[in-house]
Amino acid sequence: MANTAPGPSMADAPADRSDGRSTPEGRPARPSGVTDRRLLRRLTPYLFVAVAVGLMLLLTYWPAVNLLYYSFTDWDGLDQTKNFVGLDNYVQVFTDPRIFSVFAVSLYYFGASFIQMGIALYFATLLSYSTRFRNLFRGILFFPYLINGVAIGFVFLYLFQPGGTLDTVLSWFGLSEPPHWIGDPDIANWSLAGTSVWRYTGLNFVLFLGAIQSLPSELYEASELDGANRWQQFWAIVFPGIRRVIGLSFILAIAGSLSVFEIPFIMTGGANGTSTFVIQTIQTAFNFRQVGTASAMAIVLLVIVLLVTWIQRRLFPDEKVDLT
Amino acid sequence: MAKKALAGVATIAAAAIALSGCSNGGADDPSNTIDGEVEGDIKIITWRTDLVESGAFDEYIEAFTKIYPDVSVEVEAITDYEGEMKTRLSTTSYGDVIGIPSAVQPNQFDQFLEPLGEKADLADQYRFLNTHSYEGTQYGLAIGGNANGVLYNKKVFEEAGVTEVPASPEEFLAALELIGDNTDAIPMYTNYKDGWPLTQSFSNVGAVTANPDAPSEMAKDPAPWTEGSDVYAIDSLLYDAVAAGLTEADPLTTNWEQSKVDIATGKIATMTLGSWAISQIQAAAEENGASADDIGYMAFPANVDGTQYSIVGGDYNLGISRHSESKAASYAWIKWFIEDSGFTETEGMISTLAEKELPVNLAGFDEAGVELLETNAAPDGEEGLLNEVSSDAQIDLWGPIYRQQLVDVARGAADGDKASFFAELNERWGDSVERLAG
Repeated sequence: MANTAPGPSMADAPADRSDGRSTPEGRPARPSGVTDRRLLRRLTPYLFVAVAVGLMLLLTYWPAVNLLYYSFTDWDGLDQTKNFVGLDNYVQVFTDPRIFSVFAVSLYYFGASFIQMGIALYFATLLSYSTRFRNLFRGILFFPYLINGVAIGFVFLYLFQPGGTLDTVLSWFGLSEPPHWIGDPDIANWSLAGTSVWRYTGLNFVLFLGAIQSLPSELYEASELDGANRWQQFWAIVFPGIRRVIGLSFILAIAGSLSVFEIPFIMTGGANGTSTFVIQTIQTAFNFRQVGTASAMAIVLLVIVLLVTWIQRRLFPDEKVDLT
Repeated sequence: MAKKALAGVATIAAAAIALSGCSNGGADDPSNTIDGEVEGDIKIITWRTDLVESGAFDEYIEAFTKIYPDVSVEVEAITDYEGEMKTRLSTTSYGDVIGIPSAVQPNQFDQFLEPLGEKADLADQYRFLNTHSYEGTQYGLAIGGNANGVLYNKKVFEEAGVTEVPASPEEFLAALELIGDNTDAIPMYTNYKDGWPLTQSFSNVGAVTANPDAPSEMAKDPAPWTEGSDVYAIDSLLYDAVAAGLTEADPLTTNWEQSKVDIATGKIATMTLGSWAISQIQAAAEENGASADDIGYMAFPANVDGTQYSIVGGDYNLGISRHSESKAASYAWIKWFIEDSGFTETEGMISTLAEKELPVNLAGFDEAGVELLETNAAPDGEEGLLNEVSSDAQIDLWGPIYRQQLVDVARGAADGDKASFFAELNERWGDSVERLAG
């Protein structure tokens, strides 16, 4: 039998037997075999995690460390030598008024994110009750979030074109002279923020809906027995119950409005007063070949987002929710 | 041309991550020089995705390998050529023959490219050597050259009652007015949204004042946006046309591919583009039931004592990777492609070979007595100065950002007027000139 077995397993077989099952009780087994195995067992979880951690270190933290390094150099994105310039890039970021003025544009998106959360909360509450076709409506509301942001940019570009879909629909209602939705600088940012609302409402909606559905149903029943109407149920049960998710959405809204990118980049390229901080960072890096300065801008944005989040957590601490 | 690929800049975001610093393999073999044995494998990286898809490139390769049977040629086409090449240049594997990306500055040529010889030795044989030489050494040869000026639809001009091709900014604006009044066509299309077509008119620097040193002088001029300069005339023409309402109604929704069809079929009267566009627009005309003969090309509307000038300059330059393992075969390809492939004739470009004649599509220049002008090389030590000042002042002479702002001001979508906008440009430019050139 042993003769027919392939080479390697023949060699393994006796070793296998000696350090395991066939050793009689009470006799010390070969110590090396036991420690090997114990070591392996102890290492197993780390080996499983190693792949994920390794990828994360390689693809997230290593580039981030590089970014920090670039921000102290005058690199142009191409040259083989990078000169160390200390804090010059940071000084430039904080002293050039052109760089920080674009944060004003973020206010449009920040304002719009409240509308977005309002719509999402309204529909999440409505569709958490047993409504007719509620799965269909849930699907419809979540759908925009699944579409690629670039595709959305193009779709809305056609919608906003003079004589495009939006103008055609408005003309049915007698509005014959619509403005240039993204050509008019007073309206452009509203149009873009509106597109952003359309896209991200679905995400907020799903977050809210999930939280609402995790609330115990006895609470509703009890409140119904007490004669509470839907409005009172919302304020007394739903809203306090999902406060943490609303808080989370708020942080996402702030971070998101500071780093708006896809929609204005695709639709206007940052022209016509719609440039955002991230678009400006990209332009600095790739149009003006100042990768060093752009890296510093990226780091500054990261710090600002962390800071805003920290302040927000300080002002609205994360309370334990207790509905009883 | 694949220049619209600029839109794909988003993908380059990842480029920031790329790491540099790799060692190179067999590229340092002493027998591996451009005048060695023509053999081995070469890989050509090109921006002409259209030629690779249509099979035209395979025909070039076939013709080449008939002459050099020991060489095997492979081609790779990249849509976002500039963006991707920028990342690949930080590695050692960026093919053997490449179109030199515009991001590479003259003082960086030797980091990436194999020298092709002394510029002085090549000067008798080739045109357009100025842009890709550094300290007397040549690093690239242009695949062909273009003239610069304004593309127009002859039929629309006729219909509007414009009989003479305008030769000054005033005549040009008057012609646009006539077109606006008498036809349904958009007198001038800016292609604001796509951006890069806006930048094409900058190539006319030098043509307005007939000064071949205009670009290098601009690099040291503390206030170039002042009446009498080239860039003032070029940007004024755009400003005035937009301010007078002679351009498209909503610049934010323009579309380059559509604009080619529209100018070919007479819905647009003029666009400021290099002569490379002529063949593309003519093709668009044929495809859409118009005639290629309707497409005309004129020099930038300006003249010096009655003579008009047009700047001619090289298109992409072909260079050899410093890390190539078949440098001789690569150089053989470049020389063959420029001299014998018939590429420039097919494309309607000016041949890089000094002895060849102008392409037929520039026949209009002969009739109008337009003189061709090649700009001079920048003085030694200042090869990259104009570029540096432009980056430092964040006025992208070769990019769309500041011209989009100019259009915004002109159409009343941003604060200011022509004087204040040009004054601001001068101030930013002047500061940078002082810092870098002073």
